Amino acid sequence: MGVSRTAALAAGIAVVAAGCGGGPGGGDEKISNGKITLAVLNDQSGVYADLSGKNSVTAVTMAIEDFKAEHGDKAVAKEIDVVTADHQNKPDVANSKAQELYDRQQADIILDVPTSSAALAVAGQAKAKKKLYINVGAATTELTGAQCNKYTFHWAYDTYMLANGTGTTVTAEGAKDWYIVYPDYAFGQDMEKSFTAAISKAGGKVLAKDPTPFPNDNFSTFLLKAPGMNPKPAVLGTMQAGGDLVNLVKQYNEFKLRDKGVDLAVGLMFITDIHSLGVAAFEGTKFTDAWYWNESPENRAWADKFKQRTGARPTFAHAANYSAAMQYLQAVQRAGTDDSDAVVKTLENHAFEDVFAKNGKVRAEDHRMIHDVYLAQVKAKSEVTEEWDYEKIIKTIPAAEAFKPLAENTCKF
Amino acid sequence: MQQVFNGLVSGSFYALLALGLAVIFGMLGVVNFAHGAFYMLGAFGAYILLTEAGVNFWLALVLVPLALGLFGVILERLLIRRLADLDPLYNFLLTFGLTLILQDLLKREYGVQSQPYPPPISATLDLGLFEYPAYQVFVLGCSIVVCLAVWFVLSRTRVGMIVRAATERPELTRAFGIDVGRWVTPVFGFGVALAGLAGVLAAPMRAVNPLMGADLIITVFAVVVIGGLGSTFGSVLAGFLIGVVGSLGNLYVPALSQTLVFILMAAVLLWRPAGLFGREEALT
Repeated sequence: MGVSRTAALAAGIAVVAAGCGGGPGGGDEKISNGKITLAVLNDQSGVYADLSGKNSVTAVTMAIEDFKAEHGDKAVAKEIDVVTADHQNKPDVANSKAQELYDRQQADIILDVPTSSAALAVAGQAKAKKKLYINVGAATTELTGAQCNKYTFHWAYDTYMLANGTGTTVTAEGAKDWYIVYPDYAFGQDMEKSFTAAISKAGGKVLAKDPTPFPNDNFSTFLLKAPGMNPKPAVLGTMQAGGDLVNLVKQYNEFKLRDKGVDLAVGLMFITDIHSLGVAAFEGTKFTDAWYWNESPENRAWADKFKQRTGARPTFAHAANYSAAMQYLQAVQRAGTDDSDAVVKTLENHAFEDVFAKNGKVRAEDHRMIHDVYLAQVKAKSEVTEEWDYEKIIKTIPAAEAFKPLAENTCKF
Repeated sequence: MQQVFNGLVSGSFYALLALGLAVIFGMLGVVNFAHGAFYMLGAFGAYILLTEAGVNFWLALVLVPLALGLFGVILERLLIRRLADLDPLYNFLLTFGLTLILQDLLKREYGVQSQPYPPPISATLDLGLFEYPAYQVFVLGCSIVVCLAVWFVLSRTRVGMIVRAATERPELTRAFGIDVGRWVTPVFGFGVALAGLAGVLAAPMRAVNPLMGADLIITVFAVVVIGGLGSTFGSVLAGFLIGVVGSLGNLYVPALSQTLVFILMAAVLLWRPAGLFGREEALT
């Protein structure tokens, strides 16, 4: 508290001095309280702690360092700092933490926020406080759909993009008949709808779909049902995530469904999931990835730096947090101020490339950041040459096709 | 039929865990909230032995429960015993705290992601009517054998007699000159070992992560209540029953399947406040 008060005082003096026409302004008069504060609000101890969590904070810190290295230490403000909070994946906690971050910690922007319900709660706060919010970790298309607002951006992925990637491609490759199981809560229901739409658009058919309890540790009911169905589904589409996904895949392998001609397609998967189950358990599984660390030398170089600091390879969410923080800082620099409306204006329609986003562009109409995404396949164990080397990129889906077309969007600011 | 079988496999875990909870509650009057954490430690024990020492599943199946039993003995001597004379709520809070500590220690070390554990048997068995993973059949068999063995010990041996007597009428048993206190520690250790065994059995077929016990323990509590607090036979039977109910629920009323256990619990409590096999006076 003492530090930020001093900083605030210093900034106040600077503003007064500049206003009086004395002293060098240094650009700081355009920056509220003299510094820029980026807040990372995510799950620090629960199910999403490994795929986002503390390592997202590290990614944001890396973005700040790289920004300073490129533009100088005092490029946009004397100080750029990071604050974090744990929302425990609960919307009510997320709501009050977001309030606290914007008001008391004077955060200029909130980043990450996995769990769709929590993500939407924070969007409400961003709108009320007129402060920026770039969501990375959550999947719901509502953020840029019916519940969109002027200060909210969505960066890495969403349910439409996952379904469009995996559902469309797998169906187009010949697996026409699907059996979908999904966890019975907002994310799962969202995914099921998106997948069903994508599959039928691609000429496939969803033979059956079953909601499963959440969390659930026994999927035998559904795994036994699949091969016995008439006609038999060609692919089992699972929308489970985290521990439930691990349970399901373990049991899928035990029931030897692949040998019985029922392939596995996974709705949402992070590289940490493959790491935790072992590559053999997922071999051949297709899924949509927003980014893969070993896809290009550039990605790899960044992932090496990340690994030095965290001991792990980054998930796409980590890379996307880096990208979001970097693009925000550059937008502030272009705008010459951290005033929310001005920054929003410079972000809108901004086209860019960075380590995360290829052919990236922030759509002005709904604040969806579109970029190239990838259809990935899990390697066979014999093809893995190093730890975390689990994916083959089999197709790049161009930015323009990867996300929900604006024509279908319901967002009104 | 298949679904009933699924349910029995799920029930295997409930039964093993509920059995441990029931003997501990019976003998010590402790509602052991840490039981889920011990289950989780069992699975992690198998994982750590495999990755650090290359110990295979079969050996872990013996070693881990032994180690956890010892751990339980130490815990009882060091902590549980000190609160035994106070309101049971104190030990409940103690075990709840232990759960959080154990979970967080493992989270610190391994994160929340699940750890890989290869299946020891990957074949499927043809059971006549349908094919089923051999490993899951083994789990079911293992659970039934252990439950029967415990039942045998409790009902046919002198040790079992003392434990049963001490469970049902501790004061009276003491009055007969039997040192009930002497049996408290081994019984607690045994209960913990059972949870460890369930954990090792779970490792190849379920997600091994620090929170794996937290979700399960609530259901297991419901199982124990349905079976009748302190009734070992009731707990085991209720374990398998809940497994089957849950599995059928998954199929026919997925939205309700998790609530079903608690609806059943409420119904049983209304009908028989002491649980299916509990005695009313045990409540007082």
